[in-house]
Amino acid sequence: MANIKVLVAKPGLDGHDRGAKVVARALRDAGFEVIYTGIRLTPEQIAEAALQDDVQVVALSLLSGAHNTLFPKVVELLKEKGLNDVLVIGGGVIPDADIPGLKAAGIAEVFTPGTPTSKIVECINANVK
Amino acid sequence: MAFEEIKAGLAKYTADVEAKLVKNPERANLVPNRLYTPIDLGENFDYMTKLGFPGEYPYTRGVQPTMYRGRFWTMRMYAGFSTAEESNKRYRYLLANGGSGLSCAFDLPTQIGYDSTDPMAEGEVGKVGVAIDSLADMEILFDQISLDKVSTSMTINAPASVLLAMYIAVAEKQGVSADKLRGTIQNDILKEYAARGTYIFPPKPSMRLITNIFEYCSKNVPLWNTISISGYHIREAGSTASQEIAFTIADGIAYVEAAIKAGLDVDAFAGRLSFFWNAHNNVLEEVAKFRASRRVWSKVMKERFGAKKAKSMMLRVHTQTAGSMLTAQQPNNNIVRVALQTAAAVMGGTQSLHTNSKDEALALPTTESVTIALRTQQIVAYESGLADTVDPLGGSYYVEALTDKIEKEAWEYIEKIDEIGGAPEAIAKGYIQKEIQDSAYKWQMEIEKGDRIIVGVNKFTQEEEPPKNLLRVDGSVGKLQAEKIAALKARRDNAAVEAALKALEAGCADESVNLMPLILDAVRAYATEGEICGVMRKVFGEYQPHTTL
Repeated sequence: MANIKVLVAKPGLDGHDRGAKVVARALRDAGFEVIYTGIRLTPEQIAEAALQDDVQVVALSLLSGAHNTLFPKVVELLKEKGLNDVLVIGGGVIPDADIPGLKAAGIAEVFTPGTPTSKIVECINANVK
Repeated sequence: MAFEEIKAGLAKYTADVEAKLVKNPERANLVPNRLYTPIDLGENFDYMTKLGFPGEYPYTRGVQPTMYRGRFWTMRMYAGFSTAEESNKRYRYLLANGGSGLSCAFDLPTQIGYDSTDPMAEGEVGKVGVAIDSLADMEILFDQISLDKVSTSMTINAPASVLLAMYIAVAEKQGVSADKLRGTIQNDILKEYAARGTYIFPPKPSMRLITNIFEYCSKNVPLWNTISISGYHIREAGSTASQEIAFTIADGIAYVEAAIKAGLDVDAFAGRLSFFWNAHNNVLEEVAKFRASRRVWSKVMKERFGAKKAKSMMLRVHTQTAGSMLTAQQPNNNIVRVALQTAAAVMGGTQSLHTNSKDEALALPTTESVTIALRTQQIVAYESGLADTVDPLGGSYYVEALTDKIEKEAWEYIEKIDEIGGAPEAIAKGYIQKEIQDSAYKWQMEIEKGDRIIVGVNKFTQEEEPPKNLLRVDGSVGKLQAEKIAALKARRDNAAVEAALKALEAGCADESVNLMPLILDAVRAYATEGEICGVMRKVFGEYQPHTTL
């Protein structure tokens, strides 16, 4: 089976990319093929990158508090592009109270501060066939 | 003679201890030396060269002769969220409760030169700081706060010139002249490229804006700290203590070189350069870092740049406790972490300090949690005794050895960066980013393997209820700001705005022009920040980041 391809992306204007980079490297070390977009991308740019690179997973990282707006927007745009099977996960400084709403909007799993990277690996392995 | 005795004693002690290690093993992952003695300082430890006296070269023991025996550090709480009205309330609360300076957090659109109505600002307005779109917002932000009485730090980088101009313009309206203004703009673009991300323009015009500010302020706003060369964010991005000061001082060297190249005399501006350190968890390592950084910078300024004034050689520093060390788990534990970090910053000799709040791994802090953070500083100041004597850890064998070690590692990095061609080049090549990322990854793997313990995260964990009472920024801020901008554009003299922006555009195209007066004119005419930065974007272009993994 070909490697699972993951796009690690930072939507919005937030420059805190320590977490995104650590996760990207951990996923790469776990055997996934990882593309990191860099910071300050619009949801449109992320969806387009997911389409171009033909990824199975989009992992979003955001620490600025704009997740309720930007995460669902990425999901919406992926769907518009016909990418209905892409697993979208997210992480960052995200209050527990926001998680049900994000899940309802199509974010499969939300990882908050202190999560070991192995949990993210498990989640991807369990959800991508 | 005594030195030989110590050596013999240490050898005996070591042999005795090691004979018993099988029975009484030590913990893993400890610092190299079990015990530090005068031997670690060396037989020829030269007090005057290494340490000297507080307020004297090389400033290892502090930049002021009496340090906190005269007055405490400035207790400066970083704050700002939602609208100018909301943030003004928080500022006045902090000042009424013993805060001694202001520190403004701006939202990301403000930090990146977008108006709240820009499509790029979607979802971000008022989130991580206050939304400022024009002088009108700034007037509200400082309402009932006399700018001749307070010192204000502004975390603003790429558009620092615009926000400083707004501050000067608010002061004008209060009848306060610019030469009375005290405060700091961060204005440190190099670490934005390397670690923080709120860049706008490419390096060359960015460095021009910075030297324009140095020059303008040396003549017009002489008490203003024109830059806060920041290691804080480099450390937050994952660097070690030595990397934090090394990369930051390398950035500092680049700013001084740029200003000298622009024709400024080093002693005319260097006294207004300031620094920004992180106060991390390892207390003694942090104290040593502060001390080492002062020694390195004073040597850089004296030996490399030939500075003559004492002020030019002093590394004056603001400190913030480490946000990345706060845990979302068992958030009350963060109060203890912040207290220890505060102790480190104070024993390290900081000039001002922001303490983080316990809930900041989850959201922006509530008024209650900010109050605890401020009280933490007050307890350390008034009750702990740490502030009662100058450089209380000076002479500790361990702290002196650590200070030497960090200094040595910093010099090695600075030399390496010099070889690459200076900090801007090292950033362009991704070298500094890669070093930081490697350290960040190592740290995370240590936690995941259990080699590094974080209480409540990978040891002593417990089930807990989700925290209540987190601060939520009202989702309507974006709409409110949009209404304000529309009203502003309807009432201002749009012809005056257009003329000011035209003049600014012409100035941008001519490298010999200092842009500060032109930006000030545009601000006074109530041009929005997005309009002003838009003109500069048009002429200067935008920075293309170097992304590596």
